[in-house]
Amino acid sequence: MRTVRTLTAGLLAAAAALAVAGTAAGTAAADTPSPSATPGKDGAAAEAAAPTEAGTSFRTAAPFRPGQKATAGASSGDYLYWVLPVDAQQRVTVKATVTLPESAARHGASTWQLDVYDGLRRRQACTYGTQSRAAAREAASVELSCTLRTVRAGAEPWANDPLPGSYYVRLTVVDLPEEDLGLPVRAAVEADVHEEGGAFAVDGALAKPLVAGTVTGSLREPEDGWSGGWWSDRWLWTAAGGVLGALAGIFGYSLTRGTGRPSRVPPGA
Amino acid sequence: MITRKRLAARACGLFAALAVGLFPASATAADEPTAKEPPKVDLVLDVSGSMRANDIDGGSRMAAAKQAFNEVIDAVPAEVQLGIRTLGADYAGDDRTLGCKDTKQLYKVGPLDRTEAKTAVATLAPTGWTPIGPALLGAAQDLEGGNATKRIVLITDGEDTCAPLDPCEVARDIAAKGIHLVIDTLGLVPDAKTRAQLTCIAEATGGTYTSVQHKAELSGRVRQLVDRAADPVVNPVATEGAKQCAGAPQLKAGLYSDRETFGEHRWYRVDVLPGQELRASVSIGADRAVNNDYGVLLRATTVHGREIVRGSEAGDGRTDVLSTGLRYPKAEVDDSDSDSDAKPAAETVCLQVSNSFSAPASVKTTPGMPVELTIDLVDGPGGLSDAAAFGLGRGWWTLAVLVLAGLLAGLVWGWISRWRISVWRTN
Repeated sequence: MRTVRTLTAGLLAAAAALAVAGTAAGTAAADTPSPSATPGKDGAAAEAAAPTEAGTSFRTAAPFRPGQKATAGASSGDYLYWVLPVDAQQRVTVKATVTLPESAARHGASTWQLDVYDGLRRRQACTYGTQSRAAAREAASVELSCTLRTVRAGAEPWANDPLPGSYYVRLTVVDLPEEDLGLPVRAAVEADVHEEGGAFAVDGALAKPLVAGTVTGSLREPEDGWSGGWWSDRWLWTAAGGVLGALAGIFGYSLTRGTGRPSRVPPGA
Repeated sequence: MITRKRLAARACGLFAALAVGLFPASATAADEPTAKEPPKVDLVLDVSGSMRANDIDGGSRMAAAKQAFNEVIDAVPAEVQLGIRTLGADYAGDDRTLGCKDTKQLYKVGPLDRTEAKTAVATLAPTGWTPIGPALLGAAQDLEGGNATKRIVLITDGEDTCAPLDPCEVARDIAAKGIHLVIDTLGLVPDAKTRAQLTCIAEATGGTYTSVQHKAELSGRVRQLVDRAADPVVNPVATEGAKQCAGAPQLKAGLYSDRETFGEHRWYRVDVLPGQELRASVSIGADRAVNNDYGVLLRATTVHGREIVRGSEAGDGRTDVLSTGLRYPKAEVDDSDSDSDAKPAAETVCLQVSNSFSAPASVKTTPGMPVELTIDLVDGPGGLSDAAAFGLGRGWWTLAVLVLAGLLAGLVWGWISRWRISVWRTN
């Protein structure tokens, strides 16, 4: 009877622990922040609105946060720069929409390109997304996107892995007829962040995120600050594993005790 | 569970806030926007004879420009010091030498008196030649002095008529002075030659080029450019790299600018203490017509020339800059062998910046292309000893292994104690 009770309790505990680990992983994965929804109660950090102008160089890049929509009016041929903070274990997708000048004023097709650079101004690869796209002469707009690799908390200095910090977005036309230079265009840039969770949690972390000194203002960091990279659902998995292991140990121990009196003990003893 | 997560997140935030507070981002000049000095903008307006043409929304180019100026003058941000310079406003004759000197300051760069500025603009009538080069030189003089952001907005409807002084080269020379000056150009209904010249001027200084077909575009764009001047921006400190590491300038954390011609190497030195991480990034601007394929290389070497780490980037096609960067965390020294020394010695790291830009023979190579170098020294990263965070496991395999290990341990423990009991019983 005792064994049965222990067993049930053990199974229940194991199930609970698993459920905990499972939901934690689930929430971590589905935990995309929506900064536009909550303006935040504590302080000036969250007040900064999305920029309506773009910078024209790394130094003057306009900061925005994932979830915000940064817009800008520009001339075709301008190099437009924005900068956004991306934290560890996040996978960011940058999307840009360029509204082209009226097609009557244009003389041919143009090719637009979206580039993403990290806080050290190293170009970051797009794992998927249309980074560069040609717009036909009659097209009204071009849509570009770039999904980066998942940002890791730390990497070896020789690696080009994406690290937490500022990410620069550069949007420009790379090919167009000479006559079409300088025509008015509108550009909008957004970034979606997907939390990848502990699958990408690595050992070691930067002491300070790769935020360039030229990026100022409250939009230089994520809404709730930099995570520091120590938290991941690996803690939950491992803790759950420990609990389950202990329960399994108790179960294994109880198996060796058998049920009731030991069979080898003579009845008269 | 959610509460626990939130707690953890909050603790995290607190930790981050503490960290930020304890290590304020690079305590250098680079961190302070030079917003104390008012930004200066000089509007340079072409008042040459061709501005009479009636092709902007039915009105003359001059009328469009005047209207735009009035709107801009009304909307200038308070902190911006605005000046106006004209070219081709006075001399209507045929003498080229006289016509090419015809540029003057219409309104002095300084705090803006709106009515005064508007009256000055109202007096303008399309007259003479188009001396863009001399006008740019004049505008650069108007803006001289101070470390503030400077911007020239050039509005013209025709190409420069004062060869051999190439306005594009004038612009590049002005930019090479390192006075943080950007020239934005606007062409009114431009032809191919004007466009080529204006894009060249803009490219040479990191500015923008706009082609204007409508009145509204003109005032909107000029206002945008003037507003841009008001944005706080960190200006770099000019430095000059050496030909080799010995004798190279010693740099601290901050933002630096330099010039480098095609195929040139520039060296800089940075002192890195044990336990510190050096972060350097460099961008080289393609400020002239360059060949289609190019590259940039940033190397960190020891004073003896051994390469520590490098950053490199290559590209092709139209671009404004090409950039790369590197990190070098210097390991902590062991306490065992140098416990007597109070302060560990800093290592001198040599940074080499080189490029593989090239240009057609017709393009002038001097002054060199603009180089922007950022140096940051921060605490070194935490140790990288395991692939996974803190060596923690994740996933069903981890759970299975732990459960199996627990089960086996329990069984073995049970058998051992059972065996001990039976031994005790038999005794």
